[in-house]
Amino acid sequence: MAEMTLAQLTVLLRECAGEEEGVNLDGDVLDVPFTELGYDSLAVLQTTGRIERDYGIRISDDAAAEAHTPRLLLDFINESLSAPAAG
Amino acid sequence: MTGGPKERKQVFTGIGVTAPNGLGTEAWWQATLAGVSGIGPVTRFDASKYPATLAGEVPGFDVKEHIPSRLIPQTDHMTRLALTAAAEALQDAAVDLEQLPQYAAGVVTAASAGGFEFGQRELEALWSKGGQHVSAYQSFAWFYAVNSGQISIRHGLRGPSGVLVTEQAGGLDAVAQARRQLRKGSLLMVTGGVDGSLCPWGWTAQLTSGRLSTSDDPARAYLPFGADAAGHVPGEGGAILLLEDAGAARERGARVYGELAGYAATFDPGPGRPGEPGLRRAAETALEQAGVTPDEVDVVFADGAGVPALDRLEAEAITKVFGAGGVPVTVPKTLTGRLAAGGASLDLAAALLSVRDAVIPPTADVGRLAEDCALDLVTAPRPRPVRTALVLARGYSGFNAAAVVTAAR
Repeated sequence: MAEMTLAQLTVLLRECAGEEEGVNLDGDVLDVPFTELGYDSLAVLQTTGRIERDYGIRISDDAAAEAHTPRLLLDFINESLSAPAAG
Repeated sequence: MTGGPKERKQVFTGIGVTAPNGLGTEAWWQATLAGVSGIGPVTRFDASKYPATLAGEVPGFDVKEHIPSRLIPQTDHMTRLALTAAAEALQDAAVDLEQLPQYAAGVVTAASAGGFEFGQRELEALWSKGGQHVSAYQSFAWFYAVNSGQISIRHGLRGPSGVLVTEQAGGLDAVAQARRQLRKGSLLMVTGGVDGSLCPWGWTAQLTSGRLSTSDDPARAYLPFGADAAGHVPGEGGAILLLEDAGAARERGARVYGELAGYAATFDPGPGRPGEPGLRRAAETALEQAGVTPDEVDVVFADGAGVPALDRLEAEAITKVFGAGGVPVTVPKTLTGRLAAGGASLDLAAALLSVRDAVIPPTADVGRLAEDCALDLVTAPRPRPVRTALVLARGYSGFNAAAVVTAAR
């Protein structure tokens, strides 16, 4: 499966958890912590749950907690996408 | 400041309303005085195959206009209405929350069901698609306490908070709990109730009470104290009120709507047990606490169940306290339907604006009164000074509450 891009991630963040006032998700946010983007852990959980469903991958709670910026989360997702499908 | 905490008074300084006959306090109040009803066929879901098909729905609510983007995925419709009313109440009170000590302001609201529409959607996803499809926000969006929590978070109100669940009595009980927190030292409380569960799950639950009107005529479906009373119409909405320590309100130069001068709650005798229902005792105790006699009461906002046996009991209680036709009685909720935990809070708002504008708002036309309900029912706006109002509320399964509001004294 093709890699997930930042643009695709921000679309899902907006859909799943909305967008904080005063934050421009279309800006240079790759290394901005989710908390500074206005997303708490529940917002990230809601979004990763959606990604799991849409992309058929598993993101453990630990991985979701460690991936505290869009770049770290995308790295984890794309690693999972490039791994050979299980079973 | 003089006196100890127990001698302090508590005053209302802000009102926010989302009601079926008006979004926003002034829109609702003008509609109420004009006798404009918000009752009509249910539009939030297809109710055409249910025994009850009418409801009071809040008109013209544009969620994006009132609710920040981050809160939309995590809130039920009734929580969005509550957040809107809370924002209006805080703005109305012109209070600068930044100036308050960190834990001096809290939130106590009333609830009856929590976010049922949200909950139903997620449970349907669970059953039909699996747990992966359930929103993470289900973890709180359908809870009783969700409105208190969301209001608290949005406005940074970190003081004592909670939720009261006593069905229709909750709209008064929550305000009384807010008063307790003020007496313990809080300076400002956001309180009241906004409620609603106009979805198939909520509808089915309400139908089990056997008290929903099955009429399909909006003008004839909810007729409390009327000879043709046959149940009530449910609705959504309510009022959020700011209750402040009177000294703190005075110090900041706040505009005061009125004082919460008395309150009492009672329970009815258990099912099958003898004894008078508790409503009269609640009314008398609240009046006694307020230090007013029945002849000083200018208006009673009745519970107005719309069920003949319950109407008779309320009429008896009012007559015992005030004498036959001894006080003007009104039920403006005939224009909104019964709003569960929101209804009595909306009546408190109406009582406060009656004081402000020297007018008693009308009850919708209920036709001929039932013979055993010989009340002075106000059916057209009645201009008169209002200095003291009694608000009555009964919650399903035996809750009674009464509150007395007075002009600032």
